[in-house]
Amino acid sequence: MAGEVSKAIPPKDLWEGGRSPFSMSYGKIMMWFFLISDALTFGAFLVTLGWFRYTADYWPVSDQVFYHIPFVHSELPEQGFPLAYVAFMTFILIISSVTMVLAVEAGHRNDKKNVIKWMIATVIGGFVFLGSQVWEWAGIIVGPDGVFGTYDDTTMQSNFLGGWLNGAPIEGPKQYAQIFYCVTGFHGFHVFSGVMINIVILINVILGTYEKRGHYEMVEKGGLYWHFVDLVWVFVFTFFYLL
Amino acid sequence: MERDDIIEYSLGAQHSEEDGAKIRKNIWKVTALLSVITLLEVIVGATLSKTVIGDGTTWAFIKYGYIILTLVKAGYIVLSFMHLGHERKSFKLTVLVPYIFFIIYLIFIVINEALAVTEVNFPLN
Repeated sequence: MAGEVSKAIPPKDLWEGGRSPFSMSYGKIMMWFFLISDALTFGAFLVTLGWFRYTADYWPVSDQVFYHIPFVHSELPEQGFPLAYVAFMTFILIISSVTMVLAVEAGHRNDKKNVIKWMIATVIGGFVFLGSQVWEWAGIIVGPDGVFGTYDDTTMQSNFLGGWLNGAPIEGPKQYAQIFYCVTGFHGFHVFSGVMINIVILINVILGTYEKRGHYEMVEKGGLYWHFVDLVWVFVFTFFYLL
Repeated sequence: MERDDIIEYSLGAQHSEEDGAKIRKNIWKVTALLSVITLLEVIVGATLSKTVIGDGTTWAFIKYGYIILTLVKAGYIVLSFMHLGHERKSFKLTVLVPYIFFIIYLIFIVINEALAVTEVNFPLN
């Protein structure tokens, strides 16, 4: 296998015109094209959120819904920490994006030790984000503050938290929770696959596959996907939690 | 089976230790910027909530401020972290133009429809 990996292929066999029109490898170009299509999917999700907001007569304010942090039970938004936890999640994802770009940079210097170091940091960041999302979902589904329960039909149909009136929760549009689960769930699935891709690449870095190949472009391609996940979260954070 | 990922375009991206130090410095600069913007957004989101300041002009400013800051963040992630800013111009256009065109069209058509539906659903507003 090692021989196949390091064997050079004449450019004529790879590109009909003899060279890549963008001076980039096929794999990187295709990763970008995949990301464009994926970005359109997420764009459709967020535009759907816009549709729901425009057509609903009332839309909850997210900092009245997401004010919980782990190990602290806050009955009302005023006693809680609005947006604190989701800010933490955003920060984790940005930092793991930074460690990824540092891994790519180390790869450009063929610095295997640093690639391993930063890739491990990226994988850890991904797992922390996933764990945070599991906590967030679990908390709003079943916990003492479970306002978006999915376990009971009436809850799923009408009884979502729309806001607060004299300390009591009032009903809001069901679409709020539905689009929340759709968008964060689809994004969380991307984070999960990103972490898996990063683990596979990390194992290959440790085994020396890319060292034999002479370059760490696979880290770069995995990095493109991972930055995209961060990019999507930046938009989800704004359009779902802030606006 | 042909291996297409071995073609040596990626070698052009390799750089020396000194260049690496410069690139890393830039990475940390972008990191600081992204963190500061996020922190700003969260502080504004937690203190100047829509429930506190109401749905008036101030909120409109904050709302568009969020969107502008988000686009700034997205720009830095795409152009710096994803390295698109350093690719060829033809590739930049290939990636950005179709996407921006379709997404603007999608936003326009959906919001336009949503406004029409709203007019039917809530004629008194």
